[in-house]
Amino acid sequence: MAKGGAAGMIVTDVANWLSDPANWTGQNGVPTRLLQHLQYSLVALVIAAVIAIPLGLLIGHTRRGTFAVVAIANSFRALPTVGLLTFFYILISPHIHGTGNASYFIPSEIVLILLAIPSMLSNTYAGIENVDPGVKDAAAGMGMRGSQVLWRVELPNALPLIFSGVRSSFLQVIATATVTAYVGLGGLGRYLIDGLAQQDYPQMASGAVLVAVLALLVDLLLALVQRYAVSRGVTGRYRRPAAPVERITAEAAA
Amino acid sequence: MISYFQQHQSQILSWLGWHARLSALPLLFGLILALPLGWLARRYRWAYPPLVGIAGLLYTIPSLALFIVLPGILKTKILDPTNVVVALTIYTVALLVRVVADGLAAVPEDVLQAATAMGYRGFGRLVRVELPIAVPVIGAGLRVAAVSNVSLVSVSALIGVPELGQLFTNGFQLAYQTPILLGIVLSVLLALAFDTAIQLFTRALTPWRRAVRPA
Repeated sequence: MAKGGAAGMIVTDVANWLSDPANWTGQNGVPTRLLQHLQYSLVALVIAAVIAIPLGLLIGHTRRGTFAVVAIANSFRALPTVGLLTFFYILISPHIHGTGNASYFIPSEIVLILLAIPSMLSNTYAGIENVDPGVKDAAAGMGMRGSQVLWRVELPNALPLIFSGVRSSFLQVIATATVTAYVGLGGLGRYLIDGLAQQDYPQMASGAVLVAVLALLVDLLLALVQRYAVSRGVTGRYRRPAAPVERITAEAAA
Repeated sequence: MISYFQQHQSQILSWLGWHARLSALPLLFGLILALPLGWLARRYRWAYPPLVGIAGLLYTIPSLALFIVLPGILKTKILDPTNVVVALTIYTVALLVRVVADGLAAVPEDVLQAATAMGYRGFGRLVRVELPIAVPVIGAGLRVAAVSNVSLVSVSALIGVPELGQLFTNGFQLAYQTPILLGIVLSVLLALAFDTAIQLFTRALTPWRRAVRPA
C-alpha cells in the first residue's frame, strides 16, 4: 500500500480506493457514510435556520438588539471548532446512557448548530436592514402593515443575502461534520480519522476528496435553488447584473 | 485552570507561539498573493468571474481534508506545519481576492480623476491613492480571515500538529475539561489580539478617516 508519495500518486491512490467495490458496501461503505454526513449536516442546518432566520428577521425589522447580535455572532466565529466539540462531548456524553450513537450525536449536533447560526443570523439581519428605506416607505404608503412590509417587501429583497448566509453555514457544517468523526460520530470524516490512525493514505485522501466534492455539489445545488427562489426584480437578471451581494463582503461588513 | 496553566506553562506557551505563527504567516502570504490577483480581477473585467469563482471553489474545501491531501501534493510529511500554512494561505487568498477587487472597485471615480489630474498614473496611483483608500475594506477582510485562521489551526491538532488544539485532543483523551477550557480561552484571546492588531493597523494607515469624522 502506498504511503505519502508523489503528486501523481494521489490521483492513482484515490482512483484505486474509489474503484474498489469493497469500499462501497456495508457499514463503512461510501453510500452509508455519505448519507450519514448529509443527515448530520441537514439536521444541524435546519435547526440552526429555524433559530437564526426568524431571529434575524425580527432584529432586522425592529432594529432592536442589533449590537448584541452582531457582537455575539462575531465572537462565535472566534470559537475553535475542535475545542467546542471536545468540550460538549466531555460535558454531555457521560450523562447519556443506553445504546446507539446519541452520546456522540448530541454533542456533535450542538456544535454544528452553534457554528451554523452566526452566518445565517447576521446575513438575515443585514439583508433586512439594508433594504432601501424608500422601498419600505413606498410599501407603507401603499397601505401595507408592518408584517406585510416584512413578508412582501423586506424578505424578498433580503433573500440573496439570506441565501448567502445559508450557503456559508451549510459549507461550514459540512466541513465541521468531518471533524465530528474525531469524537466517534460516523460520516465521511471516518475515512479521514480512521485512515490517519491506520496510516492508510489512500483512504484518507479519498475521504478528503469525497468531502470536498460533497461540499461543492451542495453549494452548487443551493446556488441553483437561489437562482430560482430570488425574484428577478431583485437580482436584476433582466439587465446586466450589478455588483452581486456576496457572502464574504457581507461577513466582512458585519 | 490557572494552576493547570502554571504546571504546563512552557509547553502551552510553545503551543501558543506555534498557533500564532501558523495563523499569522498565512495572513501575510495570503495578502501578498491576493493583492495582485485582486488588482487583476478589478483591472480586467474578464478576469473577475474566473478568479472569484476559483476562490469560491477553494473556500468550499473542508480544512481537515486539505490538511490531509496537501502532504500528498507537496511531498511533505503529514505532521509538517508547512501543510497548515499552505492550506490556510489558500483560504486567506480565496477570501481576500474578492475583498481586494471589491475594495479597489469602491474607490470613487472622482477621486481617481483628481489623482490623475494631479499627475498620478499607473502603478504610482495604485499604490499611493487607490490602495490606501481600499485599506478599510481590505482590513475588514483580513480581520475575518485572521479570526477564522485561528479557529482552523486548531483542527490540525487532529493530525498531530503542535498548537493550542493539542489542549483539546489531550483533554478529550483524558476526559478532562480543564485543558479544553484553557485552550478555548487562549484561542479566543489570540483571535481577539489579531483582530485588535489589524484594526489598529488599519487606523494607523488611514489617518484621514479620523481627521474628517465630525464631532
